[in-house]
Amino acid sequence: MDRVDGRLKVTGAAKYSAEYELPNMAHAVLVGSTIAKGSIKSLDTKRAENAPGVLAVLHYQNAPKVPGYAQAAHPTEPKPVGQPLQLFIDNQIHFNDHPIAVVVADTLERAMYAAKLVKAQYNEEKHATDFNRNTAKAFLPTAAKRNPKHPLGDYVRGKEDAYKIEPLKIESEYVIPTEFHNPMELQSIIAHWEAADKLTVYDKTQAVMGTQNAFAKDWKIPVENVKVIATFVGGAFGNGLHTWPHETAAIMAAKKVNRPVKLMLTREQMFTMVGYRPHAWQKVGMSATKDGKITAITHEAIGQTSSYEEFTESTLQQTRMMYTSPNVTTRYRILPLDVSTPIWMRGPGEATGAFALESALDEMAFVLGMDPLEFRLINHTDKDPEKNLPWSTKYLKEAMQMGAERIGWSKRQLKPGMVKNGEWLVGYGMGVGTFGANRGRAKVKATLHKDGTLVMQSATTDIGPGTGTAMVQIAAQNLGLPPEKIVFELGSSLYPPSPSQGGSATVATVGSAVHAACQALKQRLTSMVAGNADTSFKGATVENLTFKDGYVSMTASPSARLSFADILKQQNLPELEVTEESTPDASLRQKYSMYSYSVHFAEVQVHPLTGQIKVTNMVSCADAGTIINAKTAGNQMVGGAVGGIGMALTEGAVMDHRFGRYVTKDLAEYHVPVHADAPNISSLFVNKPDLINNPNGTKGIGEIAIIGVAPAIANAIFNATGKRIRELPITPDKLI
Amino acid sequence: MIQFQYVKPSKPKAAIDTVAKDQSAVFIAGGTNLVDLMKRGVMNPEKLVDINKLPLRKIERENGNVRIGALALNGAVAEDKLVLEKHPLLAQALNAGASAQLRNMATVGGNMMQRVRCPYFYDTAMPCNKREPGTGCGALEGYNRMHAIFGHSDKCIAVNPSDMNVALVALDAVVLVSGPKGDRKIPFAEFHRLPGDTPQIHTNLQQGELIMAVDVPENPYTKNVNYLKIRDRNSYAFALVSVAAALDLDGSTIKSARLAMGGVAHKPWRLNEAEQFLAGKPATEATFRQAAQLAMRGAKAFEHNKFKLTLGPNTIVQALKNASGVA
Ligand SMILES: Cc1cc2nc3c(=O)[nH]c(=O)nc-3n(C[C@H](O)[C@H](O)[C@H](O)COP(=O)(O)OP(=O)(O)OC[C@H]3O[C@@H](n4cnc5c(N)ncnc54)[C@H](O)[C@@H]3O)c2cc1C
Ligand code: SF4
Repeated sequence: MDRVDGRLKVTGAAKYSAEYELPNMAHAVLVGSTIAKGSIKSLDTKRAENAPGVLAVLHYQNAPKVPGYAQAAHPTEPKPVGQPLQLFIDNQIHFNDHPIAVVVADTLERAMYAAKLVKAQYNEEKHATDFNRNTAKAFLPTAAKRNPKHPLGDYVRGKEDAYKIEPLKIESEYVIPTEFHNPMELQSIIAHWEAADKLTVYDKTQAVMGTQNAFAKDWKIPVENVKVIATFVGGAFGNGLHTWPHETAAIMAAKKVNRPVKLMLTREQMFTMVGYRPHAWQKVGMSATKDGKITAITHEAIGQTSSYEEFTESTLQQTRMMYTSPNVTTRYRILPLDVSTPIWMRGPGEATGAFALESALDEMAFVLGMDPLEFRLINHTDKDPEKNLPWSTKYLKEAMQMGAERIGWSKRQLKPGMVKNGEWLVGYGMGVGTFGANRGRAKVKATLHKDGTLVMQSATTDIGPGTGTAMVQIAAQNLGLPPEKIVFELGSSLYPPSPSQGGSATVATVGSAVHAACQALKQRLTSMVAGNADTSFKGATVENLTFKDGYVSMTASPSARLSFADILKQQNLPELEVTEESTPDASLRQKYSMYSYSVHFAEVQVHPLTGQIKVTNMVSCADAGTIINAKTAGNQMVGGAVGGIGMALTEGAVMDHRFGRYVTKDLAEYHVPVHADAPNISSLFVNKPDLINNPNGTKGIGEIAIIGVAPAIANAIFNATGKRIRELPITPDKLI
Repeated sequence: MIQFQYVKPSKPKAAIDTVAKDQSAVFIAGGTNLVDLMKRGVMNPEKLVDINKLPLRKIERENGNVRIGALALNGAVAEDKLVLEKHPLLAQALNAGASAQLRNMATVGGNMMQRVRCPYFYDTAMPCNKREPGTGCGALEGYNRMHAIFGHSDKCIAVNPSDMNVALVALDAVVLVSGPKGDRKIPFAEFHRLPGDTPQIHTNLQQGELIMAVDVPENPYTKNVNYLKIRDRNSYAFALVSVAAALDLDGSTIKSARLAMGGVAHKPWRLNEAEQFLAGKPATEATFRQAAQLAMRGAKAFEHNKFKLTLGPNTIVQALKNASGVA
């Protein structure tokens, strides 16, 4: 089935947050600091204030107070750490491009011009932004300090660091640079105070409810007084999961000038205002027996965070549950630097961790002289070794087999550099990915109208995976109604609550609520026909009825059938409305371990003289439960693979540590991959349901689509060249 | 963005006079470089003289040259029949630049004049002698992966980012210029400058001088040519190193050669010595390697661009191999 909103998107009819025009709307532009640490000595806003069209210049001295900001216990004490950046509360600078002012004017151009006139003098302090020079300052996250059993805490299964005394082992360090989400759509918000205690925002966010709650708390107004509209989101990859300072800046500005205010970040500001995948250092030690049984893994990681907030992610999860190894040690630390706070980015944590783990597996297999696919099969595990639970479902072996066949794994030689295409060296590599098959709680309202159409609503978002499409399809299948007759509305806080779109959980979460709503509707329709004067439906139950094409019939005697519309008409009902909530069964989550799996195969060619790299073929396979829509699921896999190509080969932000300031901060200098970097990518699905997870049998796809791609490519490059590159991105200069 | 005036004359003289009289006026062609620089506050012209109405789009044969109008679009030149027949090296170089969308906006004159891509030049919060003389060169001890290995000074180590320019310098092009003091012709190799003590002066074009066209003389390099660009992603990225190679072969002997590099200096870098070495030699990998070594004499790298000392010669060898068909 095609995307329900595809036409709207390609014709430009879909409206994104910055595209709304409100009467009397003003425009705001954020001004950032040019130092990384210190304080503002003086701020000259006169010229900006006097510039044509300027309505206000807000900064720490005059900005409206945010009543809900957590306060320090006493004025002399430091502000609570672990807080998101509080805007304009004092003159302190925590990172380069820290917001120091917001300029509001009647047009965007005038606001941009005036923003350039704001000048600050600073008391500069010595900053620390260089990860490599500061690793000694890394520490155990507070959550794990408080509770050693916390997933971020140190983990030991069997003997600690057992690989060290083994004869057959590897030990390697891996580095990934800071990476930026860089969705097409820039972060933007329109803030509108409809009354002193009533706020409406048109906001680019993945989290309608999260945003609503955050602003209600900040401004100390009732939750229901905050309306969040995010009908379309032009990609986000995780950076819409938080609320950010620019949103607060727009809300403050709207309050100050008493007009709706639009604020859209520039592309350069996307590098400092809305998070990133943190720079990470990792070390893996691994040992195995001669015949390929892993005996021990130790995986350590340090991830970057900011000085004012502890950002953590589950970098080491895959290492704890993926392979049979009796001895596993993991240690996770975070390193605070004078930079802005990171945020989850597609495959958060796991994509970073998998680069190290799956590269290390390839290194170990090479030491053993073993095919890396065979090595993984030998160490495959049929139960979760971390939690000691059975899997809800796991079809990774099937996925591996499909992928190996499609890529032509048999062409791979154990020894690097053996396969050639003219001058080019050809290599094959693989990488495995996993991510928790998460599911949360969601509510859906479904209204069957008397014309036989169904409208469903829920406050989820669609950042691109095709949520609306999948929900329509789930409803069509469950209710027996053609998809053209179904509409799924999302992206508004006026709809029943759903969690944010993140962690690959939307289809499992909201899809289950759609399923529940359809069951409820069927139940209601059944009682209506069963109580009918016309006796052809006597004794009808949901089980002995067939719901198909918008009609109900007795399965045993299908000739007598009634359309949904006619049933409502008979009942004299203008519409039939149900609201259903679906919650995962906690007891099942105690009994089973639930994960999605992916395996990626890459074929690359490397030019020995120039170091040019071409990914010539990619096959990405997933065990993601039931595939609701082959097209949108395929899109997810292909998009993830392209993101993984970026991670492996092109992406990485560079900072000049003398200034603590990024030097690559536009799309010309920060290289997201382009079409020329992406080969034909096949996506294959096992497509077997996981009914323990949820009634639709789905498991998430979004994250596993990228997790494991980067090591697959790095491993393929090793197979082509014999060069093991452990620091991403792998650019031509590293291969000559 | 700051306020500016905008005019769109239809006669070259009017355009030239306007810019010649007013230090703060600049020509705008495709705008793909200038508008970006204005948005970042790097260039703040008070008057834009839009030259798109001027009759400078033609590509024609003229006096043993292919004459390409300054307003001919990069994309159009790359696909032009005459260019493909007479100067396939130029077409290859153009197609290696930017993206299809940009090539359909960008003009030949604008491409010649495009400013450096040094990140310090682009960020007004950073030091840069080219943008603000005397503030220091941010790249010298900063991030200099993309920077020069030839002809740099301690004032500036940026490179000319154009691909087209590398082919044009190799092909002995001549720039036709019209200015307040009349017309003149500038050999391509003398059009761009080395930074020296005045990195803020970008080219040898004077205020008010308008590029009318570029002449590319007909030559024997119509077959054995290759423009090889090594970059961090396979399209829409500037060169780490690029090489324009053209050979005139007699069987397997090189009669004459043209060779230039991009991504290595403040101007497109012609390799005269290597060319002379190649003349009369057999077209073999060993010859190419020797030429490449000659070409790299005098190269000096910085903290992050040392790889260019290896990638440079390797790319020369490979471009010559590709041009000659030597496997
Ligand atoms: C993201 C990105 C990637 C790019 N990648 C590449 C690449 O890989 N390789 C590459 O070679 N280029 C690349 N470019 C640069 C591109 O080629 C130039 O922006 C383009 O050629 C400029 O042409 P224009 O007509 O748009 O010039 P404009 O922006 O209009 O003008 C540029 C300058 O030239 C002057 N000028 C224009 N015409 C004349 C004239 N006739 N006489 C005198 N002065 C004139 C203007 O005053 C201005 O100073 C890239 C650009 C971008 C934005
Ligand atoms: S290399 Fe040139 S352009 Fe770059 S910072 Fe130095 S002076 Fe400026």
